[in-house]
Amino acid sequence: MTLASPLLLNQLTASGVAALLTLAALAILTVRGPRGSQLIYGACALICAALACLGLCSLFSPRAGIAIVELPVGLPLGRTQLGLDPLSAAFVAIINIAAAIVSGYAVGYGTHASEPRRVVPFYPAFIAGMNLVLLAQDAFSFLVGWEAMSLASWALVVSDHHSAENRRAGLIYIVMATAGALTLLFAFGLLAAHGGGYAFSEMRPATNSAVGAAVLFLALIGAGSKAGLVPLHAWLPLAHPAAPSHVSALMSGVMTKVAVYGFVRIVFDLAGPPAWWWNIPVLIIAGLTAFLGVLYALMEHDLKRLLAYHTVENIGIIFIGLGLALAFRASGLGAAGALALVAAIFHVLNHSLFKSLLFLGSGAVLNATGERDMEHLGGLIHRMPVTAVAFLCGCIAISALPPFNGFASEWLTFQAILLSPQLPQWIPRLLIPAVGATLACSAALAATCFVKAFGITFLGRPRATAAAAARETDRWSLTAMLIFAILCLLAGVVPGAVMDALAPVSKMLLGAQLAPQLTQPWLRIVPIAPERSAYNGLLVFAMIVIAAAATAFVVRRFASHAMRRSPAWDCGFPDASPATEYTAGSFAQPIRRVFGSVVFRAQERVEMPKPGDTGAARAYVEIHDTLWEAFYAPVIRVVEAITERLNRLQFLTIRNYLTIVFAALVLLLIVVGTGR
Amino acid sequence: MMRNWLTQLAQAVLVLGLAPLLSGVTRKIKARLLRRRGPSVIQPYRDLLKLIRKETVVAENASWLYRLAPYLIFAATWVAATLVPTFATGLWFGAAADLIVIVALLGTARFLLALAGLDVGTSFGGIGSSREMMFATLAEPAMLMVVFTLALFAGSTELSSISAYMTGAGVVLSISLALALVALIIVSIGENARIPVDNPATHLELTMVHEAMILEYSGRHLAVIEAAAFLKLLLYLSLIACVFTPWGTASAAAGAVSYGVGFAAYLIKLGVLAFLLVLFETAIAKMRVFRVPDFLGVALMLGLLATILLFVSKVSR
Repeated sequence: MTLASPLLLNQLTASGVAALLTLAALAILTVRGPRGSQLIYGACALICAALACLGLCSLFSPRAGIAIVELPVGLPLGRTQLGLDPLSAAFVAIINIAAAIVSGYAVGYGTHASEPRRVVPFYPAFIAGMNLVLLAQDAFSFLVGWEAMSLASWALVVSDHHSAENRRAGLIYIVMATAGALTLLFAFGLLAAHGGGYAFSEMRPATNSAVGAAVLFLALIGAGSKAGLVPLHAWLPLAHPAAPSHVSALMSGVMTKVAVYGFVRIVFDLAGPPAWWWNIPVLIIAGLTAFLGVLYALMEHDLKRLLAYHTVENIGIIFIGLGLALAFRASGLGAAGALALVAAIFHVLNHSLFKSLLFLGSGAVLNATGERDMEHLGGLIHRMPVTAVAFLCGCIAISALPPFNGFASEWLTFQAILLSPQLPQWIPRLLIPAVGATLACSAALAATCFVKAFGITFLGRPRATAAAAARETDRWSLTAMLIFAILCLLAGVVPGAVMDALAPVSKMLLGAQLAPQLTQPWLRIVPIAPERSAYNGLLVFAMIVIAAAATAFVVRRFASHAMRRSPAWDCGFPDASPATEYTAGSFAQPIRRVFGSVVFRAQERVEMPKPGDTGAARAYVEIHDTLWEAFYAPVIRVVEAITERLNRLQFLTIRNYLTIVFAALVLLLIVVGTGR
Repeated sequence: MMRNWLTQLAQAVLVLGLAPLLSGVTRKIKARLLRRRGPSVIQPYRDLLKLIRKETVVAENASWLYRLAPYLIFAATWVAATLVPTFATGLWFGAAADLIVIVALLGTARFLLALAGLDVGTSFGGIGSSREMMFATLAEPAMLMVVFTLALFAGSTELSSISAYMTGAGVVLSISLALALVALIIVSIGENARIPVDNPATHLELTMVHEAMILEYSGRHLAVIEAAAFLKLLLYLSLIACVFTPWGTASAAAGAVSYGVGFAAYLIKLGVLAFLLVLFETAIAKMRVFRVPDFLGVALMLGLLATILLFVSKVSR
């Protein structure tokens, strides 16, 4: 069916981006107080919803080629080309669904900002930048969008500029973002030099394998640093939590997806057919990212930083899927490649849903209590019941547990891993089971991490007065969170619909697609063949509900109805203070002992008072950020040493300066002279 | 189709009815091995009945999650248990959920149980939850590695297909299978809170994991959670029986006689496995908590080794 002509769809999408930019300009002029920011956020929600619909329409409409919208604002080396192919259409749909709901949340939440003019104007600009990256069909507009996205989000990160921690986060973020954009610039430069132009259509014929390999590494650094691949993730857990929570949701849930898009666009679409070994660096880095990301998250007791580290883990899972797809594609195994790619992009969608949900939940908690530190929270399920339900759904989904959506995409990734013995090469065949074990391990660790996140924050007794006095958040925020929770369940219960929607993407990138899933009986999904594996989320969900309802009914019918509330068992020490509860730190202690002693060089030390001394004993935990110490600290030291040396230049006498100027002049003349 | 439905229904009822008996039998065997007389094998039924007749005491600050969790835990475990073929393969539900789903359903149950442990806000619940989740971070990947091994042999993650493959002529005795079996047994011991990982018979604070999480539960809630624990033991033993001793199990299109044979074979297998489990349990001492990761880590490494051996050999499909 043709819903609208592709050209019209692309024009409408481009005007959506323009509308967002206009909104940003309007916000600068008009926003003074909560009312104005509500209007801007509401308009953002509507535009994003429209963009998501356009993306879906474009994804489902059949096409021969790509209808390019050429803009008259030509950059010096080419004209701006915008357009949607299936890949960008899928991502436009994914990011705008999340962005629309987050904007709806912001209508309620954004009114709490103390300085709305530091947040509101950049918000639409940020979304516009992300959409421009997806729409771009040439390297210039891609990079312009990429930088707009980076700068707008940087401005949002430092919007609360009074805190030194936020300023540091902003500095690290902008340095990493600039470095990442630079490597992407090189990648596009190589492709353009080989292909003869900066439009994507001109780059595609480039098939030189050396260029392709260089571009793979540059994309892995450039897009990977934005997505948060280890060891380039360091900015992410600093910057994402520093922003206001609805922006954190966008940065973690949505912007990292644009980075994934950048990687897929460059490596799968532009860099030509992959060599057999391309998957090896991708898989190794992805496995490390998944495992280390979740371990870092487990060590955290700041709720938003925990979520940000968890984004790192999920990016690892997505890149495992992408690495598998590269491996299958290089060996000509189209169907397996399609499965791996669909699993990866399905996880992109899932992560954008549940991570946005969880960040919104953490925002609601932050708003209600003023606390991000889980050690000061607790018992919020009584005071914020609806937030608790939504947050719980997000926790179950992100822990990859059925019947929610996280499980569906991880199940597909496992199925893809199980197809990898078909690969002819030895190294991937040895590597992939290890990556599979890492994936399984990180899924189990994620469950632990979210038992901690939910259990310490929402369950138990309040650990501080702020948590005891919390109030439920506003209606807009609650609605947004519940919509996310429902979408998480829906995508988990009817995964076939998502897989079918992603079929054009795998057809475009790999030339192969999975069999249609929605025609399967009972809405089950069958990635390869029914006798090989099948999963029916709907039926599993229905069975759990029926079994639980039947049990509850039987127990209600036959059991004693007597129920009494009484104090918890206290071992003979009544009125135990909430300080005796398990904390985030103590919950993670077994994991710290088992995994952390190697990864983080974690050490526990107990100082006991001398016999007879009535002072308190103290326990200390020492954790090292080994990745920071290994990769970042040396760079910082070198930069500091150089600047220290150069600093002397500021304190010379006028004679020295004149000598330097003269020497520089002579040197330049020599250079010019020999150049002739 | 209709027959598969009936088999499925019979199976769902069967596991439910049989699970307490299995626990009763293991307790009886254990008592006999320790030269005690032990309670009757139907004691677990009596316990459940007693519990649901009793008044339920709920801690003052327990939330709705605490009261809802037992039913969801039981439901997830029950659904998982009905997915494992016991006396006959060709379950109707088998086409909807494979072995990975079974592992994940148990994961859902564990997730909710750990949350329930944290809900009241005593340190017992916390200690249990945090240890249980720590064990799970090793046991669950180990289990998935076993699943991978079996799936690579049989070319399928569906239990019916795996079982059919293991009975078929194509099966080869391989080192990978042996490693997977050992890993599965270790995981079963760990997941069911048996000695040496945990001790189901004590309520001493420092030794307990599973019991600590459910310390606050009483009455009908406790009954439902206990029933879920019985079902989990049955599930793991059925899984071992279904995959590694698939003889006698009735196939999808078999007649009444073979269903009878399958049922008898299933009971015998369960009995033998229960005896071996208890024999192992009585022969070994409880481990310190921080030795358990080594124990479960062995399972993970064995599972990984089994998978890698298959990946590099040509046997896999």
